[in-house]
Amino acid sequence: MRRLVATILLLVLMPVMALAVQPDEVLDDPALESRAREISQKLRCPVCQGENIDESNAPISRDLRLYVRERLEAGDDDAQVIQAVTDRFGEFVLFQPPARGANLVLWLAGPVMALLALLVGWTFLRSRQRAEPDLAEPLDDKERARLDQIMKDGP
Amino acid sequence: MIAELGHFALILAFAVSLYQMVVPMIGASRGLTAWMDSARPAAIAQFGLTGISFAALTVAFVTSDFSLKLVYQNSHTDKPMLYKITGVWGNHEGSLLLWVVILALFGAAAAVFSGNLPPTLRARVLAVQAAIGAAFYAFIIFTSNPFLRLGSPPFNGRDLNPLLQDPGLAFHPPFLYLGYVGLSMSFSFAVAALIEGRVDAAWARWVRPWTLAAWLFLTVGIALGSWWAYYELGWGGFWFWDPVENASFMPWLLSAALLHSAIVVEKREALKSWTILLAILAFGFSLIGTFIVRSGVITSVHSFANDPERGMFILGILAVFVGGALTLYAARAGAMAAKGVFSPVSREGALVLNNILLAVSAFVVFIGTIWPLVAEFFWDRKLSVGAPFFNQAFTPFMIVLAMVLPIGAIMPWKRAQFGRVIRPLRGALIFTAAMALLIWAMSTGHSAVAVIGAGLGSWLIAGSAAELIFRTGKSGLSRLLRLPRADWGKAVAHSGLGVTFIGVALLTAWQVEDIRVAQIGEPYEVGGYQMTLQSVDEIRGPNYISTMAAIQIARDGRTVATLHPEKRVYPVQAMPTTEAAIDTGFLRDIYVVIGDAQVGGGWAVRAYVKPFANWIWAGAILMALGGMISLSDRRYRVAAGARRAPVNAVPAE
Repeated sequence: MRRLVATILLLVLMPVMALAVQPDEVLDDPALESRAREISQKLRCPVCQGENIDESNAPISRDLRLYVRERLEAGDDDAQVIQAVTDRFGEFVLFQPPARGANLVLWLAGPVMALLALLVGWTFLRSRQRAEPDLAEPLDDKERARLDQIMKDGP
Repeated sequence: MIAELGHFALILAFAVSLYQMVVPMIGASRGLTAWMDSARPAAIAQFGLTGISFAALTVAFVTSDFSLKLVYQNSHTDKPMLYKITGVWGNHEGSLLLWVVILALFGAAAAVFSGNLPPTLRARVLAVQAAIGAAFYAFIIFTSNPFLRLGSPPFNGRDLNPLLQDPGLAFHPPFLYLGYVGLSMSFSFAVAALIEGRVDAAWARWVRPWTLAAWLFLTVGIALGSWWAYYELGWGGFWFWDPVENASFMPWLLSAALLHSAIVVEKREALKSWTILLAILAFGFSLIGTFIVRSGVITSVHSFANDPERGMFILGILAVFVGGALTLYAARAGAMAAKGVFSPVSREGALVLNNILLAVSAFVVFIGTIWPLVAEFFWDRKLSVGAPFFNQAFTPFMIVLAMVLPIGAIMPWKRAQFGRVIRPLRGALIFTAAMALLIWAMSTGHSAVAVIGAGLGSWLIAGSAAELIFRTGKSGLSRLLRLPRADWGKAVAHSGLGVTFIGVALLTAWQVEDIRVAQIGEPYEVGGYQMTLQSVDEIRGPNYISTMAAIQIARDGRTVATLHPEKRVYPVQAMPTTEAAIDTGFLRDIYVVIGDAQVGGGWAVRAYVKPFANWIWAGAILMALGGMISLSDRRYRVAAGARRAPVNAVPAE
């Protein structure tokens, strides 16, 4: 039930529902169109809650989809198109934050954590390998009574 | 009157939880049997009282009592009965009431099924559970009371949000909550064990069924939500990496890790403190999920309420419970020394790797989810983290997990030799290579996603089968059927993961999409199917008006199905929804959506052929089924049998 409530908020504001990509937006060149779709999925609709412009029903998303296609037809490459949209709307529209500056922390957090965890895990496993076999502590009376009990009414 | 009864029962439940939180805890530390034992009737009473309260609210919804503010805001006399009932939890207050009912249900279940627990441990578990309950009763009574009346009741209500008027609402939230709240049991056991200062194999055996149950409910809940989004939202997406989805996914990953580490505690008495930490974190993340959904702090879809006061309250609950538990953990964890001796290449080692992969992948999801908050707080930057990030940062962990899973699962405890472990898996390896080649040959593009994803899926399934065969040995079918249910559960759950892998990979790689203006009566082709828009009609539903199309799907001249996608408008909320029509199949779904009428005639129609779509959720159901099979294993039933023993045979403390 993902974006249900958000979609609602959106839809309430909109008189007519348009369904994401409309037939009249689709480019004739399939290669160009598929690039447009890919780019659209990386761009966030500026007024919606967490939808990309490819899925979004908001009018501004339609404008952006048309703009992306316009730029592609004018011969921009993918990065240039994304840059052009970012210049207008800020980094908020990028669903994939560029791995620069502070965002490096975001991108590196996973791999660094994985290495750390592997290191700790390995150290732990090595320590277990070298550990002295631990002789079981004898049961106390209470535990022995309990064990007898369990064994008696077993399966 | 009935509403007041419900209100009163809720307040009483709060009072009982305060008692249950304090008295048994003191009883346990002073050795007062009567004080400790009073936790059990208290837990059952709590469940009875919250049940009455929930029933009262349900009655108000069913009878359309618009003098209740909540009913007025979320219901309507024309709403079908199913949605009057499910509408009880289709809002913030009601869903919170469902949350406390389930919390009390788990508490009562713990009280009933804990006969074989040492009395002090039982008293402490129930006391911690009651403390969580008390916090949430306070939350609901002081900030989100569902029983508030209106001074002058209106004649009719504002109706339930149309997107929620779907059978999905009947199952998705209850299962999700059973999962979220079920993790509170693992948490209570962990905190009680920390207070007792003792974690052993028996503890792990008690805590594992609760974790398993919570995990399998969470699995079903997430799968249902994903399926609901798939058919309801009109483009057939199944996972969006939305903050709220992530909020349910993090506890899922952590509880999966917890399930596996508890096995090591149970069998080998190692990983104790890590398991305790995981139990605390898993429930901590389910509280964080509650916070995200109900505080509105993260600009998220389908959040319930953007109310800072409620947000602060949940943050308070989170700080007290997780902070308190972690402090206790820091003080006591050192006392829990590991016992087992084993080589790094062993089942223990494999399960450590499993835990690393699951926990780190949960961490990646977490940091991606909160990064926009961090960036705004520290650098005043408004940025977004979405699907492209998660696909890149999260997927590698799942790939590694799937690669090593069948090998780790077949390893013996203590010490394994790589060569010997691989031998029973040779067949599975060959099968996997063949499947990967086949899929590579079938992919017209050079789809690495299809080959890797479906290849790994095949590997998981074939690996699980190979393990069952290996455990059977040469004794044949009778031995296979007599394998412990835990072995069967494990194989079913692991192959379920494989089925989901195949579904996700092939759907992503092979989906065919078609967007066009369709003229009535003019056939066109999509992915090998001929589609014909036959008619578009206006239809009246109970509380909506629908534009319903009839689209005939044919293949090689034979009709496969006639689908009826709809566009609905709900007049009370003045809002449209799309109802996709799906022809469900084993190997593919055909998914059609009707759009607007076009100026020059014809209708906008989107059509998809989605290969293996159902495998995604079928895999999740298999995982849950595996959990259920494992839950029915003999060793849990034996423990349950011990409960019937005469009470006086066990000396009380």
